[in-house]
Amino acid sequence: MELLLPQSLAEAADMVAAALVEERPLSVLGQGGKLGLGQPAAQPTGLSTRRLSGITLYEPGELVLSCGAGTPLAEIEATLAERQQQLAFEPPDASAWYGAAPGQATMGGVFATNLAGPRRFKAGAPRDHLLGVQCVTGRGEAIKTGGRVVKNVTGYDLCKLLSGSFGTLAVMGHVTFKVLPAPEFTQTLAIFGEDLADLAARMRKAAGTAFEISGAALLPAGAAGRSGVGALREHGGAVALLRVEGVRPSVEDRMQGLVGEVVGRSLPHLVLAEESIELWQRIRDLRVLPDRPVLWRLSVAPTEGVAAAKALSGLGADLFLDQVGGQIFAVMDDPRAAEVRALVAGGGHATLLRASDEFRSTIPVFQPQPAPLAALAARVKNAFDPRQILEPGRMTLAA
Amino acid sequence: MHMPPPDEGILARREEIVAALRAIVPGEGVIADQVGLRPYECDALSAYRAVPIAVVLPSTVEEVSAVLAWCHREKVKVVPRGAGTSLSGGSLPLVDGIVLGMGKFNRILDIDFENRTVTAQPGVTNLGITKAVEHAGFYYAPDPSSQIACSIGGNIAENSGGVHCLKYGLTTNNVLGIEMVLPTGEIVRLGGKHLDSEGYDLLGLMTGSEGLLGVVTEVTVRILQKPPVARAVLMGFPTSEQGGDTVASIIGAGIIPGGLEMMDRPAIQAAEDFLHAGYPLDVEALLICELDGPEVEVNHLIETVAGIARQHGATTIRVSQSEEERLLFWAGRKAAFPAVGRISPDYYCMDGTIPRARLAEVLAGMQEMSKRYGLRVANVFHAGDGNLHPLILFDANKPDELQKAEAFGSDILKLCVEVGGVLTGEHGVGVEKRDLMPTMFTEADLNQQIRVKCAFDPEQILNPGKVFPKLHRCAEMGRLHVSGGRIPFADLPRF
Repeated sequence: MELLLPQSLAEAADMVAAALVEERPLSVLGQGGKLGLGQPAAQPTGLSTRRLSGITLYEPGELVLSCGAGTPLAEIEATLAERQQQLAFEPPDASAWYGAAPGQATMGGVFATNLAGPRRFKAGAPRDHLLGVQCVTGRGEAIKTGGRVVKNVTGYDLCKLLSGSFGTLAVMGHVTFKVLPAPEFTQTLAIFGEDLADLAARMRKAAGTAFEISGAALLPAGAAGRSGVGALREHGGAVALLRVEGVRPSVEDRMQGLVGEVVGRSLPHLVLAEESIELWQRIRDLRVLPDRPVLWRLSVAPTEGVAAAKALSGLGADLFLDQVGGQIFAVMDDPRAAEVRALVAGGGHATLLRASDEFRSTIPVFQPQPAPLAALAARVKNAFDPRQILEPGRMTLAA
Repeated sequence: MHMPPPDEGILARREEIVAALRAIVPGEGVIADQVGLRPYECDALSAYRAVPIAVVLPSTVEEVSAVLAWCHREKVKVVPRGAGTSLSGGSLPLVDGIVLGMGKFNRILDIDFENRTVTAQPGVTNLGITKAVEHAGFYYAPDPSSQIACSIGGNIAENSGGVHCLKYGLTTNNVLGIEMVLPTGEIVRLGGKHLDSEGYDLLGLMTGSEGLLGVVTEVTVRILQKPPVARAVLMGFPTSEQGGDTVASIIGAGIIPGGLEMMDRPAIQAAEDFLHAGYPLDVEALLICELDGPEVEVNHLIETVAGIARQHGATTIRVSQSEEERLLFWAGRKAAFPAVGRISPDYYCMDGTIPRARLAEVLAGMQEMSKRYGLRVANVFHAGDGNLHPLILFDANKPDELQKAEAFGSDILKLCVEVGGVLTGEHGVGVEKRDLMPTMFTEADLNQQIRVKCAFDPEQILNPGKVFPKLHRCAEMGRLHVSGGRIPFADLPRF
């Protein structure tokens, strides 16, 4: 792929304008680690934001940071860590899912793919933290939306629309987002059991308490064995993991309450402290799953998770449940798309996060939408990119 | 403030329009007599009024769909209305349009404790959702101060906040799904009880779209378990800088309070005279910080907060020792608007957001404007997130005072934008701030937003004249001029 490397938003606008004249569609990327997510749509020319890099504003007391879209996620996380702050949505290191070297994600890519980690159900996704964007639309125009303050209802919230739009609407050049204090202490309650449905019900109960859990994942035996935590591997069965974060006295107090409320008398359990951080990073990065070619993410109501997971196991998948049971990550050898999508027919969606180009040129990666909604999404795309210059075909299969 | 000139052709069809609406919504569901229309002539921004052709009160999604489809076909403008509590004129009627009132959509449809969701019709009040689940210890977090009256559908339209949104988020962070009707009459569902969107985040776009993109007919929100304990600290400071610095230090110390509110001297005085909450009267800034959560956490953090205030020179520090005392601390703040209403015949409530570090400068600027306009101003401030509510005191019976108050308000909002803030934090643009949009956005920025509007509403029948200072035809917005064949910037570096 030939790469265009603008050094300013104005230059990026010129490059898109030139592409319009030449009728030459562009791939939009930072480092390109997640180009495998979406329909196969790589263009001969890519527009990379990697030179739009660097922090332009960081005010810890106002919980806000602005940077070029090409700024490495690792640089942002290191800067925040110096002030005991973090990105609350825990972005996964997803480039490894596509065989790319880990640790190269850019902030533009984080927002363009809107992938969140285990704290999603409590703290939100990238879309909940993006406050302002300067970008270039498919019309070759540099525009801005939002601002640098959290509370802002001035005009449409285009930040939401750009989050998870995979570069199909605009090239994000500069982003402003909300940051939050990092917890000083973390514990994880591990509850062992044989019955996934019973463990899932306990997770839901925990999420409905005032103990403010910030992670709720359910690992079947296979995933528990890959958790990197000896005690979980040795137990040999399924485990529900409940994370509690905050100031130490509060964490200890809430953990005690949580054990009392959700662990039955007969269920073995233990409380993890030091291993917690690494454990949840493994869950976030899907390293608790074996390496198989196809990766699905299902999003359903938490009460529907276990039934879907059991059906996926029946299709030969290795999997685990996150988000209080409402999200399932499953790896398998063949997509089995019809069977998988049937599992979310009652509400929710299934995304084919990874599969070979061959599979992805015939299977919709994103959940197909009812006709009026699909037509609306196409009109929104046209509103930003009438000539289909930016990432054409990345989010929809050609008819 | 000017609205688009009424379409004489539409006005001439009044009887036909009313008859067509009556064919869709039977009986009392269509109001067309002058007395019956009167209550709908304005929302909570009562300075602006207009009597519409008719008010339609559908009770099913099919009726909403049929009304919109008919209006779309006949190019009749539609102003959606929830409870009519907008402070920005979001549901101000158009004289050549109809009002689509959602008041009959007033049922809770589903309470699901296991998935922690409530599904409600859009006319249910914000507080009505909490009331439906509080017996099980749950509540709905966003709590705009109009929560007793404002509807959840209106909350979606305005992306409403409240005093707890620093910690618990705005409407957009707490809504999981909606059903809505597009201006064409098509019914679509976005989201549900699951997380995230399968494609473009149209739910996020709808939230805060001020009734310009679609009409919400069902809402699913996330509910939370109520924190077991809440305590508040009352802190008074000799200068607003010290108050602002205290806020920055609290947050910089890693504490996200449940509520963090500031009042300036005139607001403190008015509230104290009204309610006798025991506020200190010798300070320039009063800060109320509420911490909620497990008792051990609240007790731990409240000491930290008090210590920070001491370091910044607070002359008053009081920690609530009982639930009664906590409520008393809040009583003055919550009654700040009526308290100001007592000392002035009228007041005009503004709603800008600023980067918090610029607070002292913005307050000083307001004092200078106050002298220039000869009008008093009192400030209450969601200090945690920088959302400022200046209350401009005026007397509508004095000639020119309303115009002066409006001009004063515009100057305040321009100052907010100048220091890096925005025109509106939670009240919406509506008609009120419409003409100020160019101070924050370029023409290209606004045109892109209008193109999004056109993707939803190509005939622009939904709430026209709101949010955008100029109306453009959608066909005109869609044009793209590519300079013929010449490749600009052929010498750009490529790799």
